[in-house]
Amino acid sequence: MNNYKRGLIAGIPIALGYLSVSFTFGIMAVSFGLSWWQAVLISMTTVTSAGQFAGIGIMIHPGQYIQMLISQITINIRYSFMSISIGQKADNRFKGIYRWLLGFFITDEIFAVATKEEEIKRSFFAGLATLPYFGWAFGTFIGAILGNILPDRLMSALSVAIYGMFVAIVVPEMKKARPVLIVVIIAILLSCLFYYVPLLSKISSGITITIVAITAAAIGSIFFPVKDEISNSED
Amino acid sequence: MKTSIFFTYLLILAGTTYLIRVIPFIAIKEKINNRFIRSFLYYIPYAVLTAMTIPAIFYATNWWVGAVAGLIVAVILALKGKGLTTVAICSCVAVFLVELIRF
Repeated sequence: MNNYKRGLIAGIPIALGYLSVSFTFGIMAVSFGLSWWQAVLISMTTVTSAGQFAGIGIMIHPGQYIQMLISQITINIRYSFMSISIGQKADNRFKGIYRWLLGFFITDEIFAVATKEEEIKRSFFAGLATLPYFGWAFGTFIGAILGNILPDRLMSALSVAIYGMFVAIVVPEMKKARPVLIVVIIAILLSCLFYYVPLLSKISSGITITIVAITAAAIGSIFFPVKDEISNSED
Repeated sequence: MKTSIFFTYLLILAGTTYLIRVIPFIAIKEKINNRFIRSFLYYIPYAVLTAMTIPAIFYATNWWVGAVAGLIVAVILALKGKGLTTVAICSCVAVFLVELIRF
């Protein structure tokens, strides 16, 4: 099977998960007074969940350009770490213009699936990004046009697709490498702390994820640095 | 909202997000040898995904019990080495079935 096709298949669960999230985004954007084409345009040019939700929250107020800029930088800074990480594993054809083009598609989920590769092939990454991108745009469109006509029960079930996928990425590595298990436990504790402690819970989820992830990963790196040469730890 | 205002906002929203992704992707080409940074880059995806999942999953569904069932099914299947699509779909089915009890 060629790499593009392999990427396409790997992108199916991401696309499914994106449908429900972007559907919600579409509904919300319209309820905020945007038209359907504006909602779809935002999804097609931005492709980021937390950033877009925060973005339309700011858009309804006129003249908050600086707030928009700051919110997007803080919420999305995690993508910088992801693109560095992908860059480390990219094959030698994945450079120049291809990085300018395909870098656009780095999302949490696409990154997560891509990092499972020993070496990230350019064509694999392009395949991987294809269905989630259209899923994201299409879900937004459907949400904006149809609003709440999908049965609630189905939406509820679909909403865990993305998390199920995350579990499928994290758990096997946790089983293989004890340091990953420890990093995961730290992340769970910190994440709950930010969610449930009154003052901390006011911080936007995009920023929380960044703080929690950096802290947990830094603790892991200090106490359990990976062995030389093998960045994909064998433990 | 005026169309010109919308496009100004869109430019900032999309432009910032794009540059955050692409600049480090373009700028850092060589292999990183620093052990801390390499370790950090190894751990970061697992930390990000965990932070995104817990506790958010418990609030994603109509009923938290459904989400717990979905999570348990996902963890068990993942421990058994099932692929992403299988795990994701079975997790959705578990939520659907459990929520049938409630309504």
